[in-house]
Amino acid sequence: MSEARAQLEGDARERRLVLGGDWSLQRPQPRAAAMLPGLANAERLVLVAHELGSWDSSVATYLAAVLRHCGARGIEVDQRDLPDGLRRLLALAFAVPARPDARGLAPRKDYVTAVGEASVRLWRDLPAMVEFVGEIILSFQRLLRGKARFRRADLWYFIEDAGVRALPIVSLISFLVGTILAYMGAVQLALFGAEIYIADLVGLGMVREIGALMTGIILAGRTGASYAAQLGTMQVNEEIDAFRTLGVSPIDYLVLPRMLALISMVPLLTLYAGIVGCLAGALVATTVFNVGLYEYFNETIAALSLKHVVVGVLKGTVYGALVAYAGCLRGMQCGRSAQAVGETTTAAVVLGILLITVSASLLTIVFQKLGI
Amino acid sequence: MSTPHIEVRGLTMAYGDYVIQRDLNFTINRGDIFVIMGGSGCGKSTLLRQMIGLHQPAKGAILYNGVDYWAASEETQASLRRGFGVLFQAGALWSSLTLAENVTLPLREFTRLPKDVVQEIVALKLALVGLAGFENFYPSEISGGMKKRAGLARAMALDPEILFFDEPSAGLDPLSSQRLDELILELRNGLGATIVLVTHELPSIFAIANNSVFLDADTRTMIASGDPKLLVEQGPDKVRHFLKRGLSES
Repeated sequence: MSEARAQLEGDARERRLVLGGDWSLQRPQPRAAAMLPGLANAERLVLVAHELGSWDSSVATYLAAVLRHCGARGIEVDQRDLPDGLRRLLALAFAVPARPDARGLAPRKDYVTAVGEASVRLWRDLPAMVEFVGEIILSFQRLLRGKARFRRADLWYFIEDAGVRALPIVSLISFLVGTILAYMGAVQLALFGAEIYIADLVGLGMVREIGALMTGIILAGRTGASYAAQLGTMQVNEEIDAFRTLGVSPIDYLVLPRMLALISMVPLLTLYAGIVGCLAGALVATTVFNVGLYEYFNETIAALSLKHVVVGVLKGTVYGALVAYAGCLRGMQCGRSAQAVGETTTAAVVLGILLITVSASLLTIVFQKLGI
Repeated sequence: MSTPHIEVRGLTMAYGDYVIQRDLNFTINRGDIFVIMGGSGCGKSTLLRQMIGLHQPAKGAILYNGVDYWAASEETQASLRRGFGVLFQAGALWSSLTLAENVTLPLREFTRLPKDVVQEIVALKLALVGLAGFENFYPSEISGGMKKRAGLARAMALDPEILFFDEPSAGLDPLSSQRLDELILELRNGLGATIVLVTHELPSIFAIANNSVFLDADTRTMIASGDPKLLVEQGPDKVRHFLKRGLSES
């Protein structure tokens, strides 16, 4: 293969551009910009191509730049010597004029603008969040009147997915958290010889607070993210628009079963997490700190009144509803690209955990004030 | 005559035990516009996917310039694939990249051209498909027909020797579809590429193809091959029927 070359010849008025060698995208090639000043006084340009070997679109790119330059300066170009295919290609490239209102990439924003726009976005997000709450409430109202339409099979699928399939991870986390609680408490209680109170600490802690909190966070990462990704992908494929045009409310059909599944499963998972936590506590207390199993059991029963169990389950239910809400909200707000689905999933988990934390603080204060 | 550009020998396609097509034999010469025809569900798209290396055939060989793709080493396969340009059914543009970035990506990955040259090439490719000035649009901002053309610009980015099209005119109005056919023809004449397309648009078949294969869903094998303009007169009944129904309609 010989090197690609383009040489300007002839007198200043009528110039000849001699193309030669083999042009390929894979190899270096002459640059049109370097040659264009040589056309300053030209009135006519003859393209000579009989020395041109093999060629591909690299030569077309070169010539397109030349033609554009000549076109702008009224230089007449003689293309007759070009290979047939090349001439057609160039004709095709200039067949459709460039869109006049072509736009550049969005300019980079300075820091202040970026912060300002982010704040405005956050502020505007609030009404959308409230509106979505309203839509869900209306949907529940339709459900109570038996008018909400969704597939029962979907509901069972979501129940299985959010409930049964979450058991292994909930078991693992609750067991480990129960163990940690027992150890942390035991070290302090052992100073007073009060190891038996590990049962109170672990029982109350797991059942009333931490079981619900852990379950909520696990579900935010597991189920909330998956809801956002499912709805987001449906948004990308215009499946949600398809429901709207059919006159089927996407809230009823898609959001409602997901909300119902989580709201019905989370109380059970929270209870389960509490029980697993207590068992972990019992294991630590009996094996490491020489507390009798029967004593431990009795102490746990004495510490836990129904009130604590109800508070724990109630909290769990609230977290579950918030996780489902965050996942569905972000999913429905998804944009129309693969990247948007990713962003929406992240946003769902972040919002889910944020809502859980905020509501956990609020609920704790409320229950304290009420003396429960 | 030299070795054919593409040769398919004794190809059998199957999903597990379920055979879709068996004993396919045909050759495609350099510069051909080759159509894979057949009714819905006969395995046209599967054949295309096996030809572009996405799906391994159950039996048989696909040869490019005499090199068996599926028997070749991974490096050979990669270099063969670099000679392919593929236009997927819905364009398959990367949705998070602008049109210019979509076309730039293959050039950046597989050539060592300086940035501004790449930019000029990208501008040329988009101009070739009539999308000059749309460089900074995202796929979600343009129409279906424009997405197809942008997908074509991306498929042509590296001046492939073979361009594959999966149902190029699906979802396009007759006029856009005709313009796309003309574009395909022009590009073949300009760049000298071999073109393989899956389609059941009869106007396209007659307008641009000079070679074809007809896959039959019932017998699960090919029942005809050759120039569709000859098949419409001399082919088996089923093929004539398939090709003529369109003529009487249009």
